[in-house]
Amino acid sequence: MHLGRPTRGLLAAITGLTLAVIYLPLVVVLINSFSSSTSLSWPPPGFTLEWWVRTANSAGARDAVVTSVGVALASTVIALVLGTLVAIALQRYDFFGRSTVNLLVILPIALPGIVTGIALNNFFRTIAGVPLSIWTVVVAHATFCIVTVFNNAVARLRRTGTRLEEASADLGAGGWTTFRLVTFPQLRSALLAGGLLAFALSFDEIIVTTFTAGSGVTTLPIFILNNMFRPNQAPVVAVIAVVLVVVSVVPIYLAQRLSAADVDRR
Amino acid sequence: MLRTTSTLRAVTATITALLTTAALTSCGTTAASGPEPTQEQTSLGKTEGSVSILAWPGYVEDGSNDPTVDWVSDFETKTGCTVTSKTYGTSDEAINLMKTGDYDVVAASGDATLRLIAGGEVTPVNTDLIPSYAGIFDFLKNQAWNSVDGKAYGVPHGYGANLLMYNTDVVTPPPTSWSVVFDDASQYAGKVTAYDSPIYIADAALYLMTHKPELGIKNPYALDDTQLAAAVDLLKAQRPNVGEYWSDYLKEIQSFTSGDSVVGTTWQVIQNSLAKEGVKTAVVLPEEGATGWSDTWMISSKAKSPNCSYAWLDWIASPEVNAKATAYFGEAPSSQEACTFRDDCEAFHAGDAEYASKIWYWTTPVAKCVDGRTDVTCTDYAKWTAAWQEIKG
Amino acid sequence: MTTAPSAGMTRRSAAYLATHPRVRLALILSAPLTWLALVYVVALALLLVTALWTVDGFTGQISPTWTLDNLRTVVTGALYRTVTLRTVGVALLVTVIDVVIALPIAFYMAKVASPRAQRLLVIAVLMPLWASYLVKAYAWRSVLSQDGLLNWLVAPVGLQGPGYGLPATVITLSYLWLPYVILPIYAGLEKVPNSLLEASADLGAPPWRTLSSVVLPLALPAIIAGTIFSFSLSLGDYITVTIVGGTSQMLGNLVYTNVGAANNLPLAAAIALVPIVIIFGYLALVRRTGALDNL
Repeated sequence: MHLGRPTRGLLAAITGLTLAVIYLPLVVVLINSFSSSTSLSWPPPGFTLEWWVRTANSAGARDAVVTSVGVALASTVIALVLGTLVAIALQRYDFFGRSTVNLLVILPIALPGIVTGIALNNFFRTIAGVPLSIWTVVVAHATFCIVTVFNNAVARLRRTGTRLEEASADLGAGGWTTFRLVTFPQLRSALLAGGLLAFALSFDEIIVTTFTAGSGVTTLPIFILNNMFRPNQAPVVAVIAVVLVVVSVVPIYLAQRLSAADVDRR
Repeated sequence: MLRTTSTLRAVTATITALLTTAALTSCGTTAASGPEPTQEQTSLGKTEGSVSILAWPGYVEDGSNDPTVDWVSDFETKTGCTVTSKTYGTSDEAINLMKTGDYDVVAASGDATLRLIAGGEVTPVNTDLIPSYAGIFDFLKNQAWNSVDGKAYGVPHGYGANLLMYNTDVVTPPPTSWSVVFDDASQYAGKVTAYDSPIYIADAALYLMTHKPELGIKNPYALDDTQLAAAVDLLKAQRPNVGEYWSDYLKEIQSFTSGDSVVGTTWQVIQNSLAKEGVKTAVVLPEEGATGWSDTWMISSKAKSPNCSYAWLDWIASPEVNAKATAYFGEAPSSQEACTFRDDCEAFHAGDAEYASKIWYWTTPVAKCVDGRTDVTCTDYAKWTAAWQEIKG
Repeated sequence: MTTAPSAGMTRRSAAYLATHPRVRLALILSAPLTWLALVYVVALALLLVTALWTVDGFTGQISPTWTLDNLRTVVTGALYRTVTLRTVGVALLVTVIDVVIALPIAFYMAKVASPRAQRLLVIAVLMPLWASYLVKAYAWRSVLSQDGLLNWLVAPVGLQGPGYGLPATVITLSYLWLPYVILPIYAGLEKVPNSLLEASADLGAPPWRTLSSVVLPLALPAIIAGTIFSFSLSLGDYITVTIVGGTSQMLGNLVYTNVGAANNLPLAAAIALVPIVIIFGYLALVRRTGALDNL
C-alpha cells in the first residue's frame, strides 16, 4: 500500500512508543534485580550483586527451571502430535461434526484458566482417581496447548493445498510416506512456531498448574509465587525473570531463522 | 545440572510410584464419607525412609533456596527419612491439599486446625512419643485450636500477633487502639490496609468486644448471627477507607514503603523488614488486644510414614531447630529453650505469658460455639467466607 | 524371512486405507478426540454436574443431592451480579485497549517494516512473554505505587497515577495480554495480499479508505481471534487483581475463594458457569466471522 512518509513515520513512532511501554516494566525488573532492597521497593535504595550470586547458588531455582522445561517439553510434544492430527483431519477431510471438533480444540484456551483448573482438579481426584503429580500437570498443559499447534498447522495446510500430496499419491506413495516426505516438510516451520508458542504458554502457566500439581512438583511460576511469600527472596525472582527473558532470545531467534529459511526456499 | 536432572527424575519416579501404590491401596476407601475416628499411636516403629510435609513457605527449608538456611538435611542424615515438601499460601489451600491424602505432616494455623480435625484429615498425636514436647511453653499446649476434648492434635510451632502497624510520619499521635482502622479510619481514607481473609472478621469482632459490650461477644471466633452482622457492618463501613487488602507480606512491605498504606494490621516480621530498610513505621499491641496465630504440626490420618512423621515433629520442636525455623519465618518460638539460639526473642515477646494472654489465636469458627455457649448456634467458616465476599463487594 | 508377512500386511492395510478415507479419518481423529473427550469434556461435564450438588456442612464432603440452590444463589445474588458486571467490564475494556494498541503496531510489522525489521519486531514482541506473569504483575505494582515510576513521570505535568484499583487492574491486564493480541493480528495482516492494497490505491482510494474498506474487513477474523485471548484471559484472572486491584475482586476470586476458603466446590462450579456461558456466547457470536480458524 502506498503510504505517505508522515503516515509511515507516525506508525513507526506508535510502534516505538508501544515497545517502550512493553519494555518499561522489564527495565524496572532488571533494575530491581540489582536493588539492595529485599522488597523491590522503588526507587532502589542501593545496588548489589548479592541476588545474582544467590540465584546462581539456588538449587531450588535450578530444579524449578528443570521441572518447568520438562513439563513444557512433554506437553509441547503431546500437543504437536495431537494438534497436527486434528489439523490434518479438519483441513483434508469433510465430515459431520467438523465444527464441533474445531470448537473442542479451542475451548481449553478460550475458557478461563480457573475453570479449566478446577474442572481438571475435580476430574483427576474424583472420577479418574489419579493422584496429582507432575503428569497431571503435563496432561492439563498439553490439553490447552493443542490449539496453538493446531492453528499454525491448519493455516499452513490451507495455504499449501493438496496438489503435492495428490501427486505423491499418484506416484504410488502410501499415506505415511506422503506424510513423511511431502506433508511434514511443508508443515515443519508452522509446527515449530506453534510448538514454540505452546512451550511458552506451558512454561509461564500458573493458574491451571496450581490446581493440577502434586506434592513436590514445583514449576518455575509456582517457585516464584512461593518466593513472594518467603522472607528476603523477592529480588531473586527478579533475577530469574531477567535471565529468562535474555535466554528466550535463543529459541525465538532460531525459530525465526528456520521459518525464514523455509519461506526463502519456497 | 545433569546431576540435578537425574536426581529430580529419580525423586519424581519415586513419588509417582508411591502415589500410585497409595492410590491402589486406598481405592476401596475413597467412597467412604465423613471422618472416621482415628486412634493415636502408642509406640514408634522403624522409620519408613521418607516423609512428605505440607507447610507455610519458610517452615521446611533444605538449603535449596538459600544454602545457609537449612534444617532439613541434618534431619535426613539423623533419621534416614528423606523429606519432600510443598508450601501453601493460605490456610484454605492447606486444607484442600490435605484432602488429597498425599501428605504425612502439615503445619497448620489455628484457622485450619479445627477444620482438619473435623474433616478427619489429621489424627491425635501421642505427645509421650515426642521428647521435645516437654520443652514447649505451657500456655500454647492443649488450647482450643490444637486439641479437642483434651486430646492433643499436634505440636505447637511458632506464634505471633496480628499487630497494628502505622507510618510514624503520617499517623500522629501514635495510636493505641484499633479505632484508628475502624471508627476513625476516615482520617486515613484510602491508606488503611487489612488482612485479606475471612478470618479478619475476628479482628472486627475483637474491636466490638470492647466498644460494643452490649453485643455480648466473649470470643471473637464464636459469633452468633447478630454478632456476625455487627462485625460485617463494621467492616463494610471500613472498606471505603481501605486502600488495599494484603495477604502476602511482600505486598504489605511494598505498600508501606511506597506510602500507599499508612496504617493497618501486620506481623512483627514485616515491621522488622521495614525497620531494616529504614522505613519509618512502628507497631503496637492495641489496648483491645489482638488476634494472632499459633501454628501446629499435625500428622495426617492417612500418613504413609507415621514414624518419620513423629521424628519430624520431635525434630522441629527441639530448641535449636525451633529457633532456626521460627527466626527465619519471623515469629516467636514455641520451645522454651529456643531463645538461647536466637538473639531477637525480645522483639517477638517470646515466652511473655502476659503479652501472649492478650492474643486471641486464630481458631476456626464452627457451628458449636467455641466460647462454650450452647443456647445458640454460631456462624461457621463457610458463613464467614460468604460474609467476607459480601464485604469486599 | 520374518519381515515378509508383516510387510505384506502393511501394504495390504495401506491399500485398504487408501480406498477407505473414512477409516483413515477415524484413525487420524481417534487419538486427539479421545484425549479431548476423556480429559476435557468429561471434566467439564462433571464440573457442571457438581454445580447441582451440595456440600455437607459438617463433614465438608460433597454429597450428590440434586439441588438448584447454587444456581439460584448465583443468578439472584446481588454480589454475583455486581462482580460479574465488573469482571465483564474489565475484560471488555482490556480487550478494546489491546486491539487499539495492537492494530497499528501489527500493521507496521506486517506491511511497512522491512523483512529484517519485521523479524526483529516479532522477537521484540515475543520476548516479554518469557518474563513470568507474576514478575510482570509485581513490576506494575511497583510502577503504579504512590512514589513509583508512573507518578514520577507524570508529576511534572501535574498529573497523578491511578493508584491501586480497577484502573490499575485494567492497565496491568492489558499489558500482560498485549503480545497475545498482537501476534494473531500480525499473522492475519501478513496474509492480506499486497496486490489488493495496491489495487485499492490504483483505483484512487486514499490510505484511510483502503484501511477501512480492504484491510480491516480482511483482518477482522484475526482481530477477533486476538480478542478471544485477551477477553478470556481477563475473565478468569484472579491473581493480577489481588496484586494491583486494591480492594476489588473479580469472578475468578469468587471461584477461587469458594474452592479454597469455603471448600464449596458446588458453589464455585455454579459461579464458574458464568464465565463459561459468557465465553460460549462470545464464541457463538464470532463463529461466523471465521475467527476461530485464526486463533
